Amino acid sequence: MKKKILLAHGSGGRLSHELIKDLFLRSFDNKFLRKLGDSAIFEKEKIRWAFTTDSYVIRPLFFPGGNIGKLAVCGTINDLAVAGATPLFLSCALIIEEGLEVSTLEKVVYSIKETAEGAGVQIITGDTKVVEHGGADGLFINTSGVGIVRTQENLSPARIEVGDRILINGTLGDHSIATLSRREEFDFQTKLKSDCAPLNDLIGTVLSDSQGIRMMRDPTRGGIASILNETTSGQAFGIELWEEKIPIKEEVASICEMLGFDPLYLANEGKVVLVAKQEEAEKLLSILRSHPLGKESQIVGKVVPEPKGKVYLRTRIGTRRVVDMLTGEQLPRIC
Amino acid sequence: MNELPSEVKKMKYLTEFRQKEPARGVARKIHQLMEDIDREISLMEVCGTHTTAVFRYGITELLPEKLHLISGPGCPVCVTANDYIDKAIAYCHQDKVIIATFGDMMKVPGSRSSLAQETSEGYQVKVVYSSLEAIKIAQKNHENKIIFLGIGFETTAPTVAASILMASDEGVSNYLVLSGHKIMPPAMQALVKDHQIGIDGFLCPGHVSTITGSKIYEFLAQEYHVPCVVAGFEPLDILESIHRLLDQIKSGQAKVENEYRRAVTYQGNVKAQKLMEKVFEKESTSWRGIGEIPGSGLRIRKEYSSFDAEMQLPVKVAKSREHPECICGDILRGLKSPLDCALFRRVCTPSHPVGACMVSSEGTCAAYYKYAEGGGE
Amino acid sequence: MCLAIPVRITSIKGRMARAELGGVERKVSLMLLDEVKVGDYVLLHAGFAITKINEEEAQELFELLGSLEEKASE
Repeated sequence: MKKKILLAHGSGGRLSHELIKDLFLRSFDNKFLRKLGDSAIFEKEKIRWAFTTDSYVIRPLFFPGGNIGKLAVCGTINDLAVAGATPLFLSCALIIEEGLEVSTLEKVVYSIKETAEGAGVQIITGDTKVVEHGGADGLFINTSGVGIVRTQENLSPARIEVGDRILINGTLGDHSIATLSRREEFDFQTKLKSDCAPLNDLIGTVLSDSQGIRMMRDPTRGGIASILNETTSGQAFGIELWEEKIPIKEEVASICEMLGFDPLYLANEGKVVLVAKQEEAEKLLSILRSHPLGKESQIVGKVVPEPKGKVYLRTRIGTRRVVDMLTGEQLPRIC
Repeated sequence: MNELPSEVKKMKYLTEFRQKEPARGVARKIHQLMEDIDREISLMEVCGTHTTAVFRYGITELLPEKLHLISGPGCPVCVTANDYIDKAIAYCHQDKVIIATFGDMMKVPGSRSSLAQETSEGYQVKVVYSSLEAIKIAQKNHENKIIFLGIGFETTAPTVAASILMASDEGVSNYLVLSGHKIMPPAMQALVKDHQIGIDGFLCPGHVSTITGSKIYEFLAQEYHVPCVVAGFEPLDILESIHRLLDQIKSGQAKVENEYRRAVTYQGNVKAQKLMEKVFEKESTSWRGIGEIPGSGLRIRKEYSSFDAEMQLPVKVAKSREHPECICGDILRGLKSPLDCALFRRVCTPSHPVGACMVSSEGTCAAYYKYAEGGGE
Repeated sequence: MCLAIPVRITSIKGRMARAELGGVERKVSLMLLDEVKVGDYVLLHAGFAITKINEEEAQELFELLGSLEEKASE
């Protein structure tokens, strides 16, 4: 492990994983944590609970399509939803930098309220701390959430079989690029908005109306590539993605070309990757497409027997290339 | 967005050159030619962006076994020796200095550290997309000296030259450049003269050529009898360029052809060439792996020394050292493959790079690690 | 060495222009190019236009490659 913590340790890719494995898992080791799911699932009093936590440290606080408050609610709701749980309650803890405008805080809090209400979830406990100027980039938020798992079995990679299909409910990379376009250093103008949205309703519909969902994940930091690499890691199958099927908005594709980014590694905040039985895939696709948050859904790949433990892309010109896990942040390049 | 999202969104002059059936068509021609030629052929693609494109589109899969694509030293990050990074790091330790750099340089390991690591220690290093953004940073931070890391070949050098002229015009006296720019032809000549490396043809760097013109490769064809094709960067460009090289090889010709005619002319961009000559002059410089090559580097002329970081700010740098087992040098010359390296994948990985070839997104080792079947963990 | 992308010039003011690709706009410096008009396609590299795209040549190559495809399927 490295001697100092780098930004890359928080970006969801290889270094993050090393940190989790070498420090946190080793220290806290238990059967729930070992699964490293988006939510932890445990059974008590004959109920299967899902419990999750996330911290939000984004800059800028406000971005096209949302803000840190909306993000904090959606992110945690989505982690519960992809575990097959109905989100019930959230906690909300704020670390505020001294000097933050109260009007800014009000806007964020209002957004939290609106988003939670819209998703049918209540904030039932919280905390507030204020730190010295320079300590929190304006505002940091942590939300934890609980929900009740409604699926018969726990969704997990262990249930995946060769032949299963990979689906996504819409375009990739919107959130990353929308937030990037607002950073001072990058002088790009685009109307692109973040896809930040609570997915519990979409996922709830999918789970009620269809069978054969093996597993769901939300491709946040590290993008769909990291999520799928986590899924295949150590398993007896691989995943083939189809470049032509992967939905990407024009603006996202353009900025990726200009800066040298790969959209497979960009963060999303309103997307769910589903792995489903082959026979169910088309039906699932139409269920997704008939929901406002799934209009651009696609079947983007399948589970293959070889190469085990890896993800690869069938390119636009019909060749193959490996899609590895992200190493550190993607940085704009000129080469 | 009312179209089906799976429709290829047309990005003009890009997506047209990424189509499957034409690619297969050219690949067939390549196979036919290789059957006629009937021996091992090694083509060197000099430009790192070509290396990345080859891997990104799985081009090797379409080529016959006897046809080898070697990656050359056209990755400016890879060929930048440790002492440049060490100097940049020494600068960022100085009081009131902000380093501005292209993202490519952030993770490159110097003798002891990298700019990314220094950022995590709290030193000021900013990633920019353009040297013009570095000028803006300088204008907003009068008390600081902004040192822009000038890396890149003839594609980038004119842009940095232009930034120095702009800084001069607008009186931005706290904008400085640490020049690490290099030019291609002397390196290509050194490669061709090195008899260890057998190069049957060059895929010439398309974007360097937009500035220099395709004329700069004439000496390779005429004096050294090496076929050259100036190649674009889309998969169809690369395949068609390989096709044309094989055509030349089969007929025993050696000339400079231009596949990338939509962007490259014989004379190139004369205005950009003049700007480059106005601000920079050639000097001898060290290329990682190849060593010192006369006339291959660019340093800022005396007239613009007020924008030259090395002239304006003295800096002490401890002696640079390279890892003894790192074979980046051999890899850059196309002599060895990453798979031949003892450190590759075991010690040297993208998250813990030892040599520059692994760091640069277009470095051979990084490309192998990410894309090749033998790479990765 | 060398990410450069074709973009379309949408407006020009002195030595700076605005250019567009796929709905994204950016400032582009024209310090390295003369005789650029609105509607031209240029290659954008590190914030500068480094050359104009020759649209006829692009079309010619496109058609040439397309004809290879047809020949192959005969």
